[in-house]
Amino acid sequence: MKFRVHVRVLPRAGLLDPQGQAVEHALAALKFGGISNVHIGKAIEFEVNADSADRAQAEVKRMCEQLLANPVTEDFSIAVEG
Amino acid sequence: MQRVAIVRFPGSNCDHDSLKAAHDAGLDSYYVWHRETDLKQADAVVIPGGFSYGDYLRSGAIARFSPVMSSVQQFALKGGPVLGICNGFQILCEASLLPGALMRNAGLAFLSRPVDVRIERTDTPFTSRYHVGQVIRLPVASGDGRFTAAKETLAELESEHRVVLRYVNAGAIDAEPNPNGSSREIAGICNPARNVVGIMPHPERAADLRTGSTAGADFLRSLAAPAAASAA
Repeated sequence: MKFRVHVRVLPRAGLLDPQGQAVEHALAALKFGGISNVHIGKAIEFEVNADSADRAQAEVKRMCEQLLANPVTEDFSIAVEG
Repeated sequence: MQRVAIVRFPGSNCDHDSLKAAHDAGLDSYYVWHRETDLKQADAVVIPGGFSYGDYLRSGAIARFSPVMSSVQQFALKGGPVLGICNGFQILCEASLLPGALMRNAGLAFLSRPVDVRIERTDTPFTSRYHVGQVIRLPVASGDGRFTAAKETLAELESEHRVVLRYVNAGAIDAEPNPNGSSREIAGICNPARNVVGIMPHPERAADLRTGSTAGADFLRSLAAPAAASAA
């Protein structure tokens, strides 16, 4: 079966995220109020063939650990669509 | 004469400078393309700066999987000296030959300017000709230069004396001494065996008087003719 995969990679909470800060300031400059904790990461999308959604999820987790996210500085989340 | 392999990736751009600095230091330097796995009897390996694979995904993330890197890994594990400069440092971190990671500069700007760094350790193959505490001025040219590691890793780097270079305020440069927000002002580190060294500043760009300075020349000269072992 083919699954559509959405991977989100974000800088680990607590680490300085200068891009997020810069965008937060820019939003404030546009007079959007009440904005806080802006973080900028990556969205990675692809399709994968697997026997089940669980298998796909496990495979994508390994991809994240080995390549898609840096284990020192980033956290990831995975969504698999049937 | 010692042989130094300069590894080139698509997007490397300090390969010529590194080759020349190694040559001028009295080393037999030559290029090894990233698709090759033969380091050609190298006595040392330099991974130069640049933007390997366009910095896609993360700086150094893709280069780490180039065929040459498995040879570099084996070479390093056998104790062979490996120097990663700038993008080379990022690649060594991604390859887990060094701990931590280089993140986006705290000030967001790509920084191309001189920095003052203090030599913290001379017991590596690339720093023996300096002395501990010596402050030298080298150029940095990086957007992702902020060294970051887990708290325990930072403590380990300090207790094992593996911080090789640190940004300092020597008073002469009208700018923040720590250019990028690096943890503990770290500009360069080594592995536990001390044969793998990664640094953000570019000593190969300060190795010829015609470009203004020879402050960095002793990195590769240390390899060619190590100074007698000192206390540190």
